[in-house]
Amino acid sequence: MTNSNNFPEARYELVNPDPLKTDEYILNMGPQHPSTHGVLRVLLKTDGEIVESATPYIGYLHRTFEKHAEHMTWPQIVPYVDRMDYLASMNNDLGYALAVEKLMGLEVNERAQYLRVIVAELNRIASHLVYFGTYGLDVGAFTPFLYAFRERERIVDLFEEISGARLLYNYIWIGGVAFDAPEGWLDKVAEFCDYFEPRIKEYNDLLSYNKIFIERTANVGVIPADLAINYGLSGPSLRGSGVKFDLRKNDPYCIYDRFDFDICYGTGEKGTLGDTWDRYFVRIQEMVESVKIIRQALKQIPDGDAKETVPKNVRVPKGEIYFRSETPRGELGYYIVSDGGKNPVRVKVRAPAFSNLSIIPAIAPGLMVADLVAVLGSLDIVLGEIDR
Amino acid sequence: MEAKDIHQKLKDKFQDAILDFNEEVLQPYIVVAADKVDEIAEFLRDDDDLQFDYLNSLSSLDLGENLGVVYHLYSMSKDHKIVIKTEVPKDKPDVKTVSHIWRTADWHEREAYDLMGINFVNHPDLRRILLPDDWEGHPLRKDYVPQKSWHGIPTTLKGETEDDEQQ
Repeated sequence: MTNSNNFPEARYELVNPDPLKTDEYILNMGPQHPSTHGVLRVLLKTDGEIVESATPYIGYLHRTFEKHAEHMTWPQIVPYVDRMDYLASMNNDLGYALAVEKLMGLEVNERAQYLRVIVAELNRIASHLVYFGTYGLDVGAFTPFLYAFRERERIVDLFEEISGARLLYNYIWIGGVAFDAPEGWLDKVAEFCDYFEPRIKEYNDLLSYNKIFIERTANVGVIPADLAINYGLSGPSLRGSGVKFDLRKNDPYCIYDRFDFDICYGTGEKGTLGDTWDRYFVRIQEMVESVKIIRQALKQIPDGDAKETVPKNVRVPKGEIYFRSETPRGELGYYIVSDGGKNPVRVKVRAPAFSNLSIIPAIAPGLMVADLVAVLGSLDIVLGEIDR
Repeated sequence: MEAKDIHQKLKDKFQDAILDFNEEVLQPYIVVAADKVDEIAEFLRDDDDLQFDYLNSLSSLDLGENLGVVYHLYSMSKDHKIVIKTEVPKDKPDVKTVSHIWRTADWHEREAYDLMGINFVNHPDLRRILLPDDWEGHPLRKDYVPQKSWHGIPTTLKGETEDDEQQ
């Protein structure tokens, strides 16, 4: 039979006649890839769909924060720490302010303390909402993203009203807060809590208990508890492995010991303990706990002048401190050294996402490429604080 | 366990390698010899009374003549913490790695190497982590002078360079 397509005769021979033999394939995931949540490059060596090794390359967002900090006065550093974890600026500010205050031995005004907790917990909800939305996108569900940003918008509006900014707030200062709450703001927060709490059921119906979502996330990327601790994982990523450890409870700072709330941790409900679904669901539960804390804070908050204890000149005595606090991503540590001068001698930041990301080379081998996306997403990394 | 008990326990075991102890500060610290850090770390992690299973942070310091490394340790099971410090001279900044004891230290040591130029002996993969591989110098040292350009990209703005020349 003649060849009707007029294809020329093959002029080559197959070098590798074994049709099943494949080569190792090197794939660059990122630096611009939606699932890397910023500019992260992961160098993958793959065998077909299976990842043989994954090496993260970071530093694309490095802005030499630690060097800058050595040349600035103590209060000037606050706007810079905003820019590390830009999804949870309030929590970054809070950690820094508390560290410096502890070094100074400064007692902060009660009203300011409560305002700090309220904004920090609102920011935790906002950050977890971004996680919930983008994690849906990572595994192929577009709709949750729209729901998440609908609610986040209300939190951002509240922040705009109290601090003037929508993303980088510069609100929590050394010794207090930048502004007292405007009139009626606390009522609006209470209103938001009432509005927000029923939404969580919506999220669960939409994504958490969605059969397709569970198939995609349960039993994938399992991190055992001892491995998580050895790699320095913290926050929801650690608790997802079943470790009941939350700095707000285990090493209380600020006024967190006055509130009644539970530590959320993974139980292996849909698959294996420590899988991506567990890490995801811890964050959903934490939003409920944050609402609980905010409600109690709103009840207890006293009157007073929130700016009363903000010092005109910040004088930090000679000394050093490592202060850790719980941000939405985990343990944010500031190691601050002062020689009594106008500038710090050293500000080292232990970013939670930095350690959380470092576990990727250990758990990636054997995963499918698409599952690696689910695992990366479940760790909730923010490159701003990894690269600093 | 209190800091002074931890110090006593280390002193009994390692004697001369434990150089100093200070508990008059906010967070008590123990100074140890740089070439024994890995053995001490292993003991801190594996001893039944200590069980320091969590490395919070590994920081580097420029102390003028010397470079310092500071380990902040925490025990999840025992709920106690301690600060371990070590110092090395600037011309031979060799510290034994602890990356095989706490995997957290892997990236933190790479960061300390990258930004402060501390050489972690026996680290499996000591590369720069935040800066480009061919960057010159270690920016967090107090005497650091940035290179003029990197692959044809000037590292300082025009105005800044002129100021530098005037000085």
